[in-house]
Amino acid sequence: MSGLLIDIQDKTYSVAGHRHQAIANLQLHVKRDEFVCLVGPSGCGKTTLLNMIAGLDSHYHGKISINHSQGLPTIGYVFQNPRLLPWFTVRRNIELVFAEPPPSALIDSLLATMQLNDVQHSYPERLSLGMQRRVAIIRAFAINPDLLLMDEPFVSLDAPSARQIRSLLYELWQQRPHTVLFISHDLREAIALADRLIFLSAAPMQIVADIPVNIARQERHDKTKIEAFHQQLLIGHPAINNYL
Amino acid sequence: MTPSQSTVYRQLPAILSLLLLLGLWQGLAMILHNPTLPAPAQVGQVFWQAVVSGELPYHLGATLTRLVFSFTIAMLLGGAIGIWLGRNRAADAFFDNWLVIFLNVPALVTIILCYVWFGLEEWAAILAVVINKLPNVIVTIREGARTLNKDFLEMAQSYRLGKIKTFRYVIWPQLHPFVMSATRSGLALIWKIILVVELLGRSNGMGYQLHLFFQLFDVASLLAYTFAFVAVIQLIELWLLKPLDRKAARWKR
Repeated sequence: MSGLLIDIQDKTYSVAGHRHQAIANLQLHVKRDEFVCLVGPSGCGKTTLLNMIAGLDSHYHGKISINHSQGLPTIGYVFQNPRLLPWFTVRRNIELVFAEPPPSALIDSLLATMQLNDVQHSYPERLSLGMQRRVAIIRAFAINPDLLLMDEPFVSLDAPSARQIRSLLYELWQQRPHTVLFISHDLREAIALADRLIFLSAAPMQIVADIPVNIARQERHDKTKIEAFHQQLLIGHPAINNYL
Repeated sequence: MTPSQSTVYRQLPAILSLLLLLGLWQGLAMILHNPTLPAPAQVGQVFWQAVVSGELPYHLGATLTRLVFSFTIAMLLGGAIGIWLGRNRAADAFFDNWLVIFLNVPALVTIILCYVWFGLEEWAAILAVVINKLPNVIVTIREGARTLNKDFLEMAQSYRLGKIKTFRYVIWPQLHPFVMSATRSGLALIWKIILVVELLGRSNGMGYQLHLFFQLFDVASLLAYTFAFVAVIQLIELWLLKPLDRKAARWKR
């Protein structure tokens, strides 16, 4: 079953009076509950694509359809910076995104999974960046979205923090599978998380390789398996080196 | 040190400063010995008599009623227009000159024109105050609306928070400092304008009374009424604005 269908003919915008084509003829199909990683060079238009899917940018030619049950599709978006409202506590930031009264038990369980129970009544500014990112991930998961967009959620974190949040995210996703589109610059991170890797070219962005990750889920914590897949990928698809 | 002792200790410089001002005033009044500078005790006596007779509460009430109406209208209307101009570049460019013109029209001119065009009516008086205050509110709130955090607005949009929730929880907290600034400057400006409005065309209120005291050269009454009004504004600051500030800033480090 389809989770997300993207068919964009053209996305162009103006930079200092010059027209810049960000995306040209991009077709992507993401299955329901599939975890897809987008890997591509900086500035190729990955964030632009996520913003278009989230409905933040509607100036493009093409079509994006998200599988959903009723009304408008719900989207959980983990931005590059956590974007938590500083005047609300951690818990209020999560509760805010619910249209109906927020389910306390669900929020409690997500906070426990992400090890944030103790700071739920703190204000975001008093938390480390890693903790803020975990709150942003909970906020996105909490609404049980039809689609989860994640734009480099571990960027600018130190390696141990990134590793810890990655494994917590993975645990959360296994508990509550969702269709995920995840942007990463870190190929090993992408291999550890994704069902499929989509390699993207520099602008105008196009798909240059679509590679399934055939490592069993229970073996993803095994660094040697990840490293072996990484090496195999670079040997089998030398062109992707240009896009990393 | 108990909490109440600590509070007194903190307030001590302010109390001493006020006592010094009173002392200077008393000393000057004693040296000059002139009816145009009555001593603090004499002003206090006049103040008490005006309160007991009901005259001061009546006129203070009339002025405060005008202040509440004109302030509320100016803040609501100015806030809405300010947000609109701050978020809409074309409208801002179109109406910017209007703002500059209205900001520079003297308050007295607006008051006279309102009375000439609409008569010496209560609503003409309030309209004159609103017209004087409105551009200041618009400019302040417009600055706030211009600096709204785009990241937060995008977050609200992507999570489909809706207009009411976005305004209440995302936009309003960011505008709060600007609203407080417009409120403080508004109170200070409006009550000064109201006095002129009352002096020129009303038969009650503080402005009307001050004009009367001026004609009678009754400086003691003039000062007594002035202190009553300043005290009310200070109480609004202490009991309403400061607590609001503290509540809104509790998340800050």
